[in-house]
Amino acid sequence: MMVALEARPEPSRLMAWASPLLAAAATVVAGFVLFSLLGKNPVDAFVVFFIEPVATRYGVGELLLKASPLMLCALGLAIGYRANVWNIGAEGQLTIGAICGGGLALWLPQLNGALLLPLMIAAGAAGGIAWAAIPAWLRTRFNANEILTSLMLVYIALLALSYLVQGPWRDPEGFNFPQSSLFGDNALLPLLLPGTRLNVGFLLAVAVIAAGWLFTARTLAGFRMRVAGLAPRAARYAGISAERTVWIGMLVGGATAGIAGVGEVAGPIGQLLPSISPGYGFAAIIVAFVGRLHPLGIALASLLMSLLYLGGEAAQIGLELPSAITRLFQGMLLFFLLAADVSIGYRLRFRRSPGAAGAAAESPAR
Amino acid sequence: MEAAPVPRLTLSGITKRFPAVVANDGIDLTVMPGEIHAVLGENGAGKSTLVKIVYGIVRPDAGTICWNGEAVVIDSPAKARALGIGMVFQQFSLFETLTVAENIALALDKSRGGRELDARIRETSARYGLALDPRRHVHTLSVGERQRVEIVRCLLQTPDLLIMDEPTSVLAPAAIDKLFGTLRRLAAEGCSILYISHKLDEIRALCDSATVLRAGRVTGDCDPRRQSSAYLARLMIGHDLPHPQHRAATARGDGLLEVRNLSLAAEDPFGTDLSDIDLRVGGGEIVGIAGISGNGQQELVAALAGERPVDAADAIVVNGIPAGRLDAAARRALGLCYVPEERDGHGAVPEMSLEENVLLTAYGQQLVTRQGLIRQRAVRAFAQATISRFDVRTAGPQAAARSLSGGNLQKFIVGREVLQGPRVMIAAQPTWGVDIGASAEIRQALIDLRDAGVAVLLVSEELDELFEVCDKVAVMTQGRLSPVKAIRDTNAEELGLLMGGSFVAPEVPSSRAVRERP
Repeated sequence: MMVALEARPEPSRLMAWASPLLAAAATVVAGFVLFSLLGKNPVDAFVVFFIEPVATRYGVGELLLKASPLMLCALGLAIGYRANVWNIGAEGQLTIGAICGGGLALWLPQLNGALLLPLMIAAGAAGGIAWAAIPAWLRTRFNANEILTSLMLVYIALLALSYLVQGPWRDPEGFNFPQSSLFGDNALLPLLLPGTRLNVGFLLAVAVIAAGWLFTARTLAGFRMRVAGLAPRAARYAGISAERTVWIGMLVGGATAGIAGVGEVAGPIGQLLPSISPGYGFAAIIVAFVGRLHPLGIALASLLMSLLYLGGEAAQIGLELPSAITRLFQGMLLFFLLAADVSIGYRLRFRRSPGAAGAAAESPAR
Repeated sequence: MEAAPVPRLTLSGITKRFPAVVANDGIDLTVMPGEIHAVLGENGAGKSTLVKIVYGIVRPDAGTICWNGEAVVIDSPAKARALGIGMVFQQFSLFETLTVAENIALALDKSRGGRELDARIRETSARYGLALDPRRHVHTLSVGERQRVEIVRCLLQTPDLLIMDEPTSVLAPAAIDKLFGTLRRLAAEGCSILYISHKLDEIRALCDSATVLRAGRVTGDCDPRRQSSAYLARLMIGHDLPHPQHRAATARGDGLLEVRNLSLAAEDPFGTDLSDIDLRVGGGEIVGIAGISGNGQQELVAALAGERPVDAADAIVVNGIPAGRLDAAARRALGLCYVPEERDGHGAVPEMSLEENVLLTAYGQQLVTRQGLIRQRAVRAFAQATISRFDVRTAGPQAAARSLSGGNLQKFIVGREVLQGPRVMIAAQPTWGVDIGASAEIRQALIDLRDAGVAVLLVSEELDELFEVCDKVAVMTQGRLSPVKAIRDTNAEELGLLMGGSFVAPEVPSSRAVRERP
């Protein structure tokens, strides 16, 4: 018996969509094994991790609340990824967005919320754009790899936030804790569901998903981004500027990540802290790929990733597992997705012995 | 010597289905030792699939292969080579930065480089008249020389059957004669040759027997030396060969492409620098650019179409407007349309549907609203019009570009550009690798454009094509363009001399001396 990996004549569309589901299933199975090895009852652990967090109305609110920044970041990243623009720095753009939006809330505490909140969102988007513009400029001007530069800028952004909340923006009445003053109610996004923390930021995320779909599927600019990613020579032939593609790809990602940052500080957090995101900007990279870079897929993948965050928190409390459990599951999801993606271009063939299969019929790819 | 010779290769009932198409449908074929056997057919007729089956790249769904009288299963190219089958592909697979010997050593199953291999290469290449220096780097070789590397690579394994897939599509006339000499010598020594082509004249000059394919089936077996080209063409395309209608130019159109003193250093280290190109293509005429590929045609076309803008705005003038600094989209807005040499990934995005490929260049035909939204119905109508006007064989506007055969995709690309109503049209090797039926239609489309007053520039390696459709012709060699000649006042011999660089001034101009090649 021989197992061979054989190239498909055409990439399988079925597998392109089934692969994220396979990866999710494999992650759950691996979770079962992991829990068993840790001496926990895997069924109980499964319930604690995946069911209990969303068994209540509050839980569902949390699910949607945590999915919102993931949707925002992943959608912006996906628009760049489709055009082969690899923005890895959404976490930093989110942080700068939070600083800009939060800074406005601290600077204008008396302003009416109807005016302040849109301003904060605009400031957050502008901050994210500015932060993403740096790697875009370095790439178009010096051909510097945006994967490296955008990632390096994450750490600069995190340190900038840390400096602000420990220095100039520290709450004078905060007992020297590294945090800003609490925002007023005028700087907090209105709640959506009573009894939960879900706020209108979720609606904003859904609207951005819809806009992202409109952009990629229905506009010439979105079409050109896809061409730039699929066939650079055809893009040049069509007169699509490679520089413009880089700028759009980076700046859209920066804008949505910046908005996500405002959504965090003007939402569940309500002030600036040294850490405002549990890695949403990085998790969004996984979300973008699990969602197949498609807006609808990203919405669904965001819910899955959000559940992993909630399950990870529940596992810390209910199963006494370390906080690394969340990132462990995120990593497994990406790992299994990459493995399952091999099946898009290849298929497994089982042969009794080499050569015996002879002129066996090859099953069609789809 | 046996009394009744055993066939070297016998294929019987070979069938191969792909999801959308039956590529081979019960094909029988016999090749005798020392025979040069042609497999003749249009693109998409199933020639490539058939030879890939023989070489072990594709597995048949049904049918048997006999090698020297014994049934065999060829499940990999390694198995094919072990049996004594060699193949020279249409697209070369050589590393440009390595030497000839290194390239050959990489491909040999038991790699043994060094002096011994050098000697074997020299010996083999001398024996078959394939002059090759094993120490030279591949990027310094001409296309013909690169093909020799591929052939020598096969010959070192002393094959009993050599498969040649469209070997002459990249060669100049003199190089073709040389290749035929080599193949005849090989055949005389007993090596069988399976020669894949759609060029009737070549097959009639070279081959002892021919199997003609159409739509995956054998439509005839014959001795091509005893049949007329018209007969072979009928077997191949199912009807008589259309002849292009070439009316005398009457209306002088308003389209105009002018090139003044264009010099441009190549972007690619192995590319060709352009120097002092002057050219004028007026409305209502077709100007041809002849020359062996790799002499700067690609660079010239990229500069003219705006894929690579140049510094001097007035070096390229489109319809009276200096366009040197404009990109391809801005030049298209001036009425310049362009069919690139490469189809996949350049003229079309293979993964995208025909509708989306319409949008690639024809977005200016009211297919997009002022807000930048795609008007899907208009796009579909444009794709549909292209498909029906240019007889593109496809499942429909939503079929992926890669599902089309080369000829059909090329017709689609040409149609897309023609339907945009250009005033200047540039076509680079528009019939390269395209079957004769589609080639004739594409040439006719260019002639129709000319008759409508469009300025047409046709870059082609095929002299027959240039003589058939052009009003004027110039020759490109080493990045320079010869003076333009009226087609009536010249002949193939003169163009051949120009290809040799007979018009180039003896002293080396400074612009070329700056960038010496390694």
